[in-house]
Amino acid sequence: MLRSRIIPCLLVQNKGLVKTVRFGSPKYVGDPLNAVRIFNEKEVDEMIVLDIDATVKGVEPDYAMIGNIAAECRMPLCYGGGVKRLDQAVRIIGLGVEKVALSSLAVEDVGTVSSIAQYIGSQSVVVVLDVRRNAATKKYEVWTHNGTKNSRQDAVEFARRLVELGVGEITINSIDNDGVMKGYDMEIARQIRAVVTAPMTVLGGAGSLGDLAQLIKEFGVIGAAAGSLFVFKGVYKAVLINYPDRGRKASLCAGTLTRVSA
Amino acid sequence: MIAIINYGSGNIQAIGNIYKRLGVPFAVAKSPEELSAAERVVLPGVGAFDQAMHDLDRSGMRQALEDFVIKGRKPILGICVGMQLLAECSEEGVARGLGWVDGEVKKFDRSSLPPDTRLPHMGWNHVEPLSRSPLFEGVDLSTGFYFLHSYYFCCRRVEDRLGVTSYGAPFTSAVQKDNIYGVQFHPEKSHQAGIQLLMNFATAHLIGKE
Repeated sequence: MLRSRIIPCLLVQNKGLVKTVRFGSPKYVGDPLNAVRIFNEKEVDEMIVLDIDATVKGVEPDYAMIGNIAAECRMPLCYGGGVKRLDQAVRIIGLGVEKVALSSLAVEDVGTVSSIAQYIGSQSVVVVLDVRRNAATKKYEVWTHNGTKNSRQDAVEFARRLVELGVGEITINSIDNDGVMKGYDMEIARQIRAVVTAPMTVLGGAGSLGDLAQLIKEFGVIGAAAGSLFVFKGVYKAVLINYPDRGRKASLCAGTLTRVSA
Repeated sequence: MIAIINYGSGNIQAIGNIYKRLGVPFAVAKSPEELSAAERVVLPGVGAFDQAMHDLDRSGMRQALEDFVIKGRKPILGICVGMQLLAECSEEGVARGLGWVDGEVKKFDRSSLPPDTRLPHMGWNHVEPLSRSPLFEGVDLSTGFYFLHSYYFCCRRVEDRLGVTSYGAPFTSAVQKDNIYGVQFHPEKSHQAGIQLLMNFATAHLIGKE
């Protein structure tokens, strides 16, 4: 039986690993390759690496860095950041990356997203939707450029449409919960889940294994992604790469981990 | 020596890294000459069927591969799209496959699966070998393998099915016909289980199924 995926999400800026809070205040955490090596040993299910600068700076993806990470990575790898064209996506897959994550491109040019999915296959195309709840309308909107530009697209309808256009996975990233470590935004997860027939991953806010357990318990087989949870330890957020061992992971995925002991 | 075919598709580096760590002699083959020294080959592959078939044709390796596998009867392991290329054709495209294992590649059909089945099939799932095979010898099947695909292999002959996986309904996740092996999952990305399987392919006495 297919089981849930528990996924560390690493943010890269200036070739270094960073962590943000609500998409702001990036704090340097360490070298991405070292983190990958440690995650290799921990046999993680899958890994996401997002370059948070590429789109904002309007630069090409850092292929050398991506190649190095892919070469080191012993688990399925998803890369996102600055991908705007088919040739970039093809090149990234060619470097040994399993999935390409698109974000701002989906808002700017959904036709290209569809073309990329057709060429490299739906299974290799993820769209990451950075969302924020509109306080007035209560609806979730998609933001781009590190949470600075409001696309005004309704996240739920947008997600549904993207899957129809061939996107193989939707990753929903809560800007407001990012780095806060007080739990996932379950509400947007529910809304997206209801309309999307493709695999889904939730990111933003996980503060404990209990949060992952809660997500899996409610949604069954799903991707539970986290940044801070797997990179920090303790109240003072000391940097410590961590990940549940096989036994813990099995309990989490079976929905039997109920007691929170991060 | 193992040759990993570089025809423009698939995670050659990941497969090579595993063999390097295991101390298994391997080479990446980009031309027919580079294939001649090999005793077994790995045919990786990601992406869409037509594109992969096109890349294989364009690589100039196709005939050499056919000589190796069909005439030479030497072991080949197709991985993911590399396994799908072994079929006659795929619903994903119009290209003709290698046709070395009778069958065709089909798309998971949502209408015949439980309503909440999400596609593509993405993540860690279990493989149940249908017979005892050197390919799965000593592999800890409990952790499963990593799958990432929307299409699957439909064997015409029951005896070619080596392993099944359940996703909504059982589907063939591994095939074997004499010296020709194929796995739908990614052993190069499946940690210890995958490493053991790749080791088996490289070193085990591959004589057939029991």
